[in-house]
Order: sequence, then structure tokens, then C-alpha cells
Amino acid sequence: MAKILAVDDSASLRQMVSFTLKEAGHEVVEAADGVEALELARSAPADLVISDVNMPRMDGISLVRELRGLPEYKFTPILLLTTETSDAKKQEGKAAGATGWLVKPFDPEALLTTIKRVLG
Amino acid sequence: MGIDVSQFVQAFLEESFEGLDLMESELLDDEILDSSCNGERINTIFRAAHSIKGSAGTFGFGFVGEFTHGVETLLDRIRSGQRPLTEDARALLLEAVDRIRDMLIAARDKSPLDNEAIERTRKAIDAMLESEPGDAPAAAARESREKSAAPAESRWRIRFSPHRSLFATGNDPLRILGFLRDLGTLAIECDDSALPKLAELEPESCYLRWTLELEGPATEAQVREAFEWVEDQCDLEITRIDAPAADTSRDSEAAADASSLEGAADEPASTDAARAGRADQDRRRAADRRNDAGSIRVAVEKIDQLVNLVGELVISQAMLETIARTDFEDFDAVHLERLRQGLAQLERNTRELQEAVLGVRMIPINFVFSRLPRLVRDLASTLGKEVNLVLEGEDTELDKGVIEKLADPLTHMVRNAIDHGIEKPDARVRAGKPRAGTLKIRAAHQGGNIVIEVSDDGAGLNRERILAKAAERGLNVPENPSDREVWQLICTPGFSTAEKITDISGRGVGMDVVRQNIEAIKGRLEIDSTPGHGTRMTIRLPLTLAILDGMSVRVGDEIFIVPLTAILESLQPKADQVYTISGRGRVLNLRGDYVPLVSLSDVFHLPSSREQIEDGICVVVESAEDRAALFVDELIAQHQVVIKSLETNYRRVPGISGATILGDGRVALILDVDMLTQMH
Repeated sequence: MAKILAVDDSASLRQMVSFTLKEAGHEVVEAADGVEALELARSAPADLVISDVNMPRMDGISLVRELRGLPEYKFTPILLLTTETSDAKKQEGKAAGATGWLVKPFDPEALLTTIKRVLG
Repeated sequence: MGIDVSQFVQAFLEESFEGLDLMESELLDDEILDSSCNGERINTIFRAAHSIKGSAGTFGFGFVGEFTHGVETLLDRIRSGQRPLTEDARALLLEAVDRIRDMLIAARDKSPLDNEAIERTRKAIDAMLESEPGDAPAAAARESREKSAAPAESRWRIRFSPHRSLFATGNDPLRILGFLRDLGTLAIECDDSALPKLAELEPESCYLRWTLELEGPATEAQVREAFEWVEDQCDLEITRIDAPAADTSRDSEAAADASSLEGAADEPASTDAARAGRADQDRRRAADRRNDAGSIRVAVEKIDQLVNLVGELVISQAMLETIARTDFEDFDAVHLERLRQGLAQLERNTRELQEAVLGVRMIPINFVFSRLPRLVRDLASTLGKEVNLVLEGEDTELDKGVIEKLADPLTHMVRNAIDHGIEKPDARVRAGKPRAGTLKIRAAHQGGNIVIEVSDDGAGLNRERILAKAAERGLNVPENPSDREVWQLICTPGFSTAEKITDISGRGVGMDVVRQNIEAIKGRLEIDSTPGHGTRMTIRLPLTLAILDGMSVRVGDEIFIVPLTAILESLQPKADQVYTISGRGRVLNLRGDYVPLVSLSDVFHLPSSREQIEDGICVVVESAEDRAALFVDELIAQHQVVIKSLETNYRRVPGISGATILGDGRVALILDVDMLTQMH
């Protein structure tokens, strides 16, 4: 099962993501913002990163850019959690190297279906 | 797999209420209107709104998310500099914060909601957004998750030519093919003609192309979804090959519209439920803020301090253990000295640990203060007054339990000050004062107390009117009352001097309830007022409710504890220092000041072992009102005592504020200095 890094400044959403993924048998590491995520990503490589876009200190887009700069994360799937209206953000995310996105609001099922697409 | 999201709802609500409080406090800061330096503040507000919107739908509060969407859009435009944050926009955003809070509270408590107010605010936001040139209309985005019925069998031909950079975003053609395979039977044909010679091949580039044929009950949208993330990184051609090109995607869009309309219909929760008044909503909003009594946020430093102290405790314990292992015959003066040192260290550790543990319950009074700017702003504008609020000592820490109970009385005092104290701007100008009144709220440590002052520079209390009202209500008024006694009358149950009951203060809660609330947390309320210059109300609260620094004193066979903070000095009186004054009993001449002498053996009807005044000790104590010299047999020691309630375990005894258990297991009573000083 995969090791997943979940990044979101909202504790409730992070809990939900983390709980859902753990129930599905994955190992989950949580971070509350980009800076924390980057630190965790460096110390323990993840198979998949799921990150919010709007966060204090370092946002999701910058996090993607930083992660893609690390050799271990060159091809690692990185999914952004966005809201339905932020088409521009999706493109910005893609340009930074994000693999895909998951549109908020989502339910646990949608989350699991989506990560199946990147964990093969 | 079914996962119940309701278990995260509590966390979502807490987080959202926090976010709303943050939005509110940032919006209330006047700096926010200064476009040259408000960037970070607006970002903070935006993020809070964004978080609520993003999570709301996930946790089953779609209507909250939808409402917040407009707020977020407005904030986004301000953030990106497309429009300035005007005073109007600020007022509207504050209103929106209230609406979101109302919606969350109603959803949580399953209580009715003022849908009209919500609709009004929503329209106001839409109007503000639409008033801008260009850009997308503000209509709230509806969730349009496609749930069209599965179409009949269909066949699709897909030509998928990824760009070489496909891998750079972590995408993988193999996974896309896998996704398609789940939709039906997939025939895959790979075109490797673009593959270069091995020497020229870049391993991180994608050179392959595919032609796929999918057979199954899939819509075009479903097929496109497989390529959603790589649309801009590939050339894609999707054609239906089993039937004349029927435009299925158009159908599914229509279906999506229909479903979103359905969604919209059931959005405003409990539409026709009883319409609660604004006051009711306010009350619930206030109640909500108190509802989090179950948990406490503690600064990490405080926790670290606890960990450190426990570490030191372990060291002291190890040190004592080493000494205890010494054989009895070898135990000498050196060991005894070390044992004493060890015990002294242990005592220090215990005391520090005790303080630190109590400190965990201490939170800054800002918890209550932070709500005041909003209150003052709203009240002042409702009453047509101008008020400058000055807050001081926001970092003063108080027990969490006390702070929570302080919110109501303080709110009421602020309401009173603005409603009855501060005059309208014209009246102020006529009285030679600045148009805007100043309301100052200050918290500070003062000895063993926390003092909270609410002072205004308004008209002050009116002695004649209070006395007339008291007579009219048939209240007990002392003869020739001092100003202070007159002011205290307003705290008498059933007293109200407002000429008309206003919407603001006249809610059936008077100063009597305020005083009761304060006394319930062992505090005292003092009132000072100068006509024409203003009123100052002072709340005095004990620092902590659980532990007290005390001096133990002996009277006969009984031990009493005198709170250390009340003690001014202790002395052995000489016979010529004590006088008997008719009507006042005995007094002690203290360097020319005459202080009432209170003999504890008389008060508590105990036999004293001291026959002569010179044999005993006088402990001079001070309360807020008065001083007294307590006559006791002997001073014993100074220690920290844990306060146990006498009322809970026995009953209320005049002159005694509580009890404690001494090191030897005896019960000692703690003296109520205020009451003892008033006995004379």
C-alpha cells in the first residue's frame, strides 16, 4: 500500500482525507502547510502527495514546484485539491508540475476513486 | 467503502467558527482599509473564507459553501487589487461573516434560520460583484456533478498522442489506459514510430502514441475524464463509431443542469420554519462562542515547560533515592544536609510544577476583549454615537473558567457605558467634550487580583435620579448615603434608570445580574462616577480559584489561614496601642492610624490561650474597602494551600471563605478578610 502525504491547513479536511486513506490501507503523513510538507517530503519520500492550494506560509502551487525540483519527486503523482471555479488555478498547478486535481467538495469515495487513477 | 463524514463535522465546525472569528477581527482592524499595507490581512481573511467554502460541501453543508462562494469571490477581487476594500465592502463582509455563523449554528443545532436575512446578504454581495465592469457575473456557482444515466452500449475511437513532456507532471499513459479499461472492453494499438534510436532516446520523454477502441456503456464525458489531467499535454481525438455522431455531451450537460436545479431547491435549510428574531440569533451566536468549554488551547511553550519541570522532578527524586540507599550506620550529618537539600529542591519543583499546571488553565483575556470592537462598533452605529474603544492589557492571563463567565457581565457593562454613559456627539460638543466618546477597557494584575476596568468619559451617574428611582421602587437606602453607596444602588435587583427601555440595554438583564455573575466567580464590582466626566466600573477577581498563598495562624487549638495578599504587616501589640472607642469597639493605634481590632477568638467563639493583649499577635489585613487588625494567638508558617469549598462540603459560614487540608491532615479554615473587615 502506498505512502501518502496529505497537506491542508484545514484540520477537519486533513483528518477526513487521512482517515479515508488509512481505512483504505494506506500510510498517511499529514502536513498543515507547504513548508511543513516540503520538510516531511524530504525526510521521508511519499508515493503520492495530495495538497490544498490556498495555505499559509507556502501554497500548494509553490509546493508542487519545489517538489518537482527534488530528484525523488520528479515523477511522483501530486494531486491538488481545488474548488470548482478555480480553472486558472488548475492550469497554474499543471504548469507547476501537478499531476491532476480533485475538486472540492468531494466525498471519501471520490477521493479513493481519484487516487486509484494515480496509484495504478 | 462507506465512510461516515459526520465524525469530522465537529472539527469542521470548530475550525469554521475560528475562521469566522479571525475574519471578523481582521476586518475590524482599521488598518485593513489602507490598501498600502493590508495585503497579508486580506490574504488571511480570504484563506479563512476559502477554507470554509472548500470544506463545507464535503461535510454536508453545501448551502454554506455556496453562500461563502460569493464572499470568497469578493475577497479574491480585493486581494488581486481589482477593487479596493471600501467601508461599504467591509460592512457587507462583516454581515456575511454573521450570516455564515448563523447558518453553521442552525445546521449544528438543527434550529431555524432567518433565510430572508441570508438571502438579503447574498443579494447584496451579488450586487456588489455585479457593479464591477467586465469579469464574470457573480451568480453563485452551482455544484454540477454529472450524474446522467448510463447510456446504452457505445463504441469510441480514441487517438491519444501524448506530448513528450507528459511524465514531467507525474502522469503516466499506462494509468490512463487502465482507467479506460474500467469503462468497458478496450482494444489497444500502440504506435512506436516516433521512437528514436537508443542513443538519442531521452528516458524521461514519452515517444509513444496510441489508438484505442472502447466498447461499453460510456459517455463521451466519461472518456474525456480519463484525459482530464493531460488535456494540455497531448493531442486527443475522440469519435463515436457505432452510430451517427450523436452529440452525447450536450445531453449530459442538460442532465447536469437539471440536477443542479434540484440541488438548489433544497439548499436553504428548513425554509419555512419559525422565523427567529435578530436578538435570538445574537444570543445563539454568543452561546455558540461559549460552547467550546470542553477543550482548551495551550501554547506549546507551556507544555514544554511542564515537560521540563517533570524532568527536574525526576532528577530530584533520583537524588533523594540515592541518599535513602545509604546504610543506617553510615548516615551522618553530611547525608542529613544532602537530604534537606534534596527536599528543598523537591519542594521547589513541586511548587513550580503546580504553577505551571495551573498556568495551563490560564488564557489571555483577549479571548473576551477580541469581541468588544465589533460590539462597540455595532452599538455606536445603532445609537448614533461616536465611540473610540481603547483596550489595554489584552495579554493578561486569567483562568479559563473565569474568562468564560466574564464575557456576559463585561458585554453588559460595555452596552451600558455606550447606551447610558457616552452622550450623543452634539450633546458632547455642547458640554465642551470631543464629539467621540472614549471607552477604555483595561485589564491588569494588581497584587493577588486581576483588575478589569471599564471606564467612559460620558455623563456620569446622576445621584438625584438614582435616589429618586430608589425611593420610587421602595429600595432600602441608608441615611445620608455616600456617593459610593448611591452607585451601588444600581446593582440592586429591580433597578433601572434608563428613561426608556432601549433595544440595547433593556433586555431584562440589569446591573444586579452583572454583580451576581461577578460575585459567582469570587469577584467584586466597584463603581466610581463623576457627573459630567464619566463612570468607571472596576471588577476585581482573584488570580486563581484553586490555590492560595496563605499564612497559618493559631487561635486556641484551631488553625486558620489568612490569604497572604491581604496581609499588610504583623506585629506584637503593646497594651498602650489598644483603645476602646464607644460604638466602634477596640481599635489598634497603628502609627497614628486607628484600625479596628478584630479578635478571632471572639468572632468564632474560641477560648484563647492569651490573657494579655501583649501575648498575642496582630495581623493587619486590608480588603478593598477597609483595614482591620486580626488578633491571633500565634503565627505559624507561610504556605500554599489548595482551596476546598466549604459550601459544597458543609455550609456557608460568615467570615470563612473556604477550607483546606494541612500537611498533617488537619482541616484549616480560610478567613474571608473582606467580611471580617466589615464586621466592625
